[in-house]
Amino acid sequence: MSSNSFSYNEQSGGGEAAELGQEATSTISPSGAFGLFSSDLKKNEDLKQMLESNKDSAKLDAMKRIVGMIAKGKNASELFPAVVKNVASKNIEIKKLVYVYLVRYAEEQQDLALLSISTFQRALKDPNQLIRASALRVLSSIRVPIIVPIMMLAIKEASADLSPYVRKNAAHAIQKLYSLDPEQKEMLIEVIEKLLKDKSTLVAGSVVMAFEEVCPDRIDLIHKNYRKLCNLLVDVEEWGQVVIIHMLTRYARTQFVSPWKEGDELEDNEKNFYESDDDQKEKTDKRKKPYTMDPDHRLLIRNTKPLLQSRNAAVVMAVAQLYWHISPKSEAGIISKSLVRLLRSNREVQYIVLQNIATMSIQRKGMFEPYLKSFYVRSTDPTMIKTLKLEILTNLANEANISTLLREFQTYVKSQDKQFAAATIQTIGRCATNILEVTDTCLNGLVCLLSNRDEIVVAESVVVIKKLLQMQPAQHGEIIKHMAKLLDSITVPVARASILWLIGENCERVPKIAPDVLRKMAKSFTSEDDLVKLQILNLGAKLYLTNSKQTKLLTQYILNLGKYDQNYDIRDRTRFIRQLIVPNEKSGALSKYAKKIFLAQKPAPLLESPFKDRDHFQLGTLSHTLNVKATGYLELSNWPEVAPDPSVRNVEVIELAKEWTPAGKAKQENSAKKFYSESEEEEDSSDSSSDSESESGSESGEQGQSGEEGDSSEDSSEDSSSEQDSESGRDSGQENKRTAKRNSKAKGKSDSEDGEKENEKSKTSDSSSAESSSIEDSSSDSESESESESESESRRVTKEKEKKTKQDRTPVAKDVSLLDLDDFNPVSTPVALPPPALSPSLMADLEGLNLSTSSSVISENIY
Amino acid sequence: MIHSLFLINSSGDIFLEKHWKSVVSRSVCDYFFEAQERATEAENVPPVIPTPHHYLLNVYRHKIFFVAVIQTEVPPLFVIEFLHRVVDTFQDYFGVCSEPVIKDNVVVVYEVLEEMLDNGFPLATESNILKELIKPPTILRTVVNTITGSTNVGDQLPTGQLSVVPWRRTGVKYTNNEAYFDVIEEIDAIIDKSGSTITAEIQGVIDACVKLTGMPDLTLSFMNPRLLDDVSFHPCVRFKRWESERILSFIPPDGNFRLLSYHVSAQNLVAIPVYVKHNISFRDSSSLGRFEITVGPKQTMGKTIEGVTVTSQMPKGVLNMSLTPSQGTHTFDPVTKMLSWDVGKINPQKLPSLKGTMSLQAGASKPDENPTINLQFKIQQLAISGLKVNRLDMYGEKYKPFKGIKYMTKAGKFQVRT
Repeated sequence: MSSNSFSYNEQSGGGEAAELGQEATSTISPSGAFGLFSSDLKKNEDLKQMLESNKDSAKLDAMKRIVGMIAKGKNASELFPAVVKNVASKNIEIKKLVYVYLVRYAEEQQDLALLSISTFQRALKDPNQLIRASALRVLSSIRVPIIVPIMMLAIKEASADLSPYVRKNAAHAIQKLYSLDPEQKEMLIEVIEKLLKDKSTLVAGSVVMAFEEVCPDRIDLIHKNYRKLCNLLVDVEEWGQVVIIHMLTRYARTQFVSPWKEGDELEDNEKNFYESDDDQKEKTDKRKKPYTMDPDHRLLIRNTKPLLQSRNAAVVMAVAQLYWHISPKSEAGIISKSLVRLLRSNREVQYIVLQNIATMSIQRKGMFEPYLKSFYVRSTDPTMIKTLKLEILTNLANEANISTLLREFQTYVKSQDKQFAAATIQTIGRCATNILEVTDTCLNGLVCLLSNRDEIVVAESVVVIKKLLQMQPAQHGEIIKHMAKLLDSITVPVARASILWLIGENCERVPKIAPDVLRKMAKSFTSEDDLVKLQILNLGAKLYLTNSKQTKLLTQYILNLGKYDQNYDIRDRTRFIRQLIVPNEKSGALSKYAKKIFLAQKPAPLLESPFKDRDHFQLGTLSHTLNVKATGYLELSNWPEVAPDPSVRNVEVIELAKEWTPAGKAKQENSAKKFYSESEEEEDSSDSSSDSESESGSESGEQGQSGEEGDSSEDSSEDSSSEQDSESGRDSGQENKRTAKRNSKAKGKSDSEDGEKENEKSKTSDSSSAESSSIEDSSSDSESESESESESESRRVTKEKEKKTKQDRTPVAKDVSLLDLDDFNPVSTPVALPPPALSPSLMADLEGLNLSTSSSVISENIY
Repeated sequence: MIHSLFLINSSGDIFLEKHWKSVVSRSVCDYFFEAQERATEAENVPPVIPTPHHYLLNVYRHKIFFVAVIQTEVPPLFVIEFLHRVVDTFQDYFGVCSEPVIKDNVVVVYEVLEEMLDNGFPLATESNILKELIKPPTILRTVVNTITGSTNVGDQLPTGQLSVVPWRRTGVKYTNNEAYFDVIEEIDAIIDKSGSTITAEIQGVIDACVKLTGMPDLTLSFMNPRLLDDVSFHPCVRFKRWESERILSFIPPDGNFRLLSYHVSAQNLVAIPVYVKHNISFRDSSSLGRFEITVGPKQTMGKTIEGVTVTSQMPKGVLNMSLTPSQGTHTFDPVTKMLSWDVGKINPQKLPSLKGTMSLQAGASKPDENPTINLQFKIQQLAISGLKVNRLDMYGEKYKPFKGIKYMTKAGKFQVRT
């Protein structure tokens, strides 16, 4: 037991033992087990007997009951010796349950656990891959430090296993060993390096996970595998996809230069079209050199796109954050549709997705504007979803849609969920400050709310109005008078304090009312909340300075009351104010400036989104959700100024390039027998990828401008690269022309191909290579050959590909036509902005905010 | 990744715990209980709760909290999605996912959880593979097991995990080969006071039940694929084929699965099949309010609307309601203030209505807002968007399967503001 708590401490960063408090103490005493100790003992005796019986059924029964105990959190550790004997049982279910038990308690009974090790060592040599895998799995899950060398050996062997499934388990074991003994890091990194080279989709996700856990800073290990990972991505299982995408996002931010141009920062770039030419020129001059996207950068963006259609919300979110962080801004638009789709999902998914959308919508409004209505609140939404939706609606509000939004807000204000109604009022306040055209209408609407029957609503309105008035302290005397009247009825301290502050601040605009208010407040001073008392003191001081004739006595009375208040804050403030405003012989130079001090222009508060400062966290991460850096959060680096050497991603060329062609061919042969062959043929029949691209672009229609933009830029990049390919083919001369042609073709095709599920399915390329090479010879000059070649290319025999890239790598920097540049220009979706004139109906709508029948006529002579 | 999992019922008992790494004491859940208390309602519990050393991510389904304990940074959706997958798997295994069922099958649950995660990283989450590893309990099998002493754990090894199509079991055999597809569309709408539509969208899914021998390769094509604006697929669907030809081509998993979910493009105006006439009024002076709603069909393309239920959360001031429905039954819960009216079928000749009075708390002011009405209904044999399956073809196997397709329209989140 002590060892248990020890390892626990270690994991949670033992240093903060003080904080550990509650969690650690109860680790030591597994709940409830000791309470019924005596009865447990008896029961366990009979379990022991059952475990020692000869019959499998009795053993199984006992094991089931023990697992039941574990599940309920009861302590079953004393059965360890009896259970561990059964580790070599022939019965699979008993064996599995023993494994469950072993993994749970081995840590506490280290010596006894060693008895089971030899069984696993034997199983590691089993001819059946699944048995090898499960042995490795359990062996590595036993957290006993003594067996670290054995585990290390097992992992090393398993990582060279022929079966990808065993290798996958080896990747999992790496993390387990690392958490057990971080000393092994160097050796484990070697294994990771080896497994990263693995071409199986089964392994990819797990090994990247291990990489992230053990050595996330060794980005150099990724270089050689980058292209392979990009191409395998579609076929990796969904959980692996998430991990790989997050890792590749970080990678891309360190290895490529920013695709965002300075102009991108401005959302409404299209306005620049109509500006004078000089401006344009200046802008282009500012760019140091024309930007071309690294083909590898493009590869990643292109290969993740299909994953937006995944049924797994985590994958969609991962792709969305990848697009957000590394794609050109003009292309990021396509993620919004998929994110909005996730809003149909469970409440927890909605919560996370809405948070991320909230962050995005602050920076790039245009992305989510078309989906405005998807964020409308339903009365059945939980409050946390409602407030997040409100947040997004506020971010999306602009001159064009504000009238519809305000009408929608009207319904929300009336909601039975008062917390939500209050949030809506805050929102209206924020809209009013952001969109100047509606400030007055919003203000009027809010004033009408002041006569609402619900106190929370009124209080919130007062607070918001105060902020609004502070922002434009023009002629709002009427409103202030109205609010002064409210002092009689409102009891919420914040609201009362806000009203008093407002009156004090504007005491010269309402000379008749202010002293009267002070008089009333003086009467009720002792029974007010501290917050209100402070504001009464303030009001008194301000009036004393501006209108001492009427208020001198009142203020002194209040100061006297304050002097003997229970709260030291108030006593303190009273003393301070008295010294400052009441002239006496001791008062220093300061009191001359008292008026300036009290009635200075105060900066208006900024009504900001609570999501404003979240953008420095990578989207979709735990840290972003909590807005706190979580343990193990890996910072997303800024784009490098100059791209690091792209050639590091090239994989060494194998001398005889031709030798690889048959291998690819072999794969195609294999796949022909499989089920996906058909679709591949179909795709081959379509002439070129650019055709199918544009087709799909127009078909999907909805995708709109940004989508097509993305397509065309892809096309052009492909065109240019294929050009370069063929050129370099000529230049190099070493390769015959056919290869060059094939490459260019392949490059074009790769886009449409790599979505195929077939990647890497052929396990033994060697065996079939002979056969397929003969086929290759026979059809060397036919067209079909080049087609099949291109197909095999899609399966990414990495070596082959990298040979090609080596060819086209050199000319990349050579020249880039202006056309290319244009294609990369951001075209932020032009949202039709009707002239910001306010519809007349809006006024009427806001009038409707008035909920009650009571008239809101304000008259001065009430006082 | 995922360190531990706790299952907590609505009364706050931890009735199952599972650890994939070293044991985390169940007292971490105290932080969860704290948050739960603060949230007052179960659905307002924040899905992510930070504690000094751990992060608790939870989902709430079937009145059970599934609380995962995390120690380091991880995409929260990764965990949440996985937890939902766990719930789906339980549902798939036991028919329902509830506390007693989980307690009864604790061993199977434990075995399944053991296979789903390794060291906190998902290993096998496809139900087809899991079922090969651990057979779901059926009454027959339980009887057989007790007599013969055989087990629930599959004795052949899960080859599916290694295959090209990880979602499909190998060696599937059926005497009757059949493939059924249900096209189910849901209308999400908000209707305002005057009856005009504020927002309306159609979301659809195609659920399939495929019982075919061997390794069939299916293609499904639509008459009007252009209707589908945004789609998400089961991993079995070949994405490229969809991109280029708008055809669904796939090797199906065995059994029930969701092939596709889609969103119908926004330009198509949504036909709203029902209307609600309402007259709900409170008066300032008296403690009685009038309540009257009528439901009627609109744009139903000649189909009948069935399974209509109306629910409404009445304001707190309402003490009781005395109502008479023209058909169906109604209940009003004076504690939760929830009114529900089970209407049944709508007969266009004689529209169902619910009339009566509400008694309000004496002296209380009248509520600000009239209650929102939530509507549920079903229309058989109609896909409201007009989506039609053109044909279903099978390749790769010789036999002729029986094919069936069914359409249905349902109300999703359908709200009428009054």
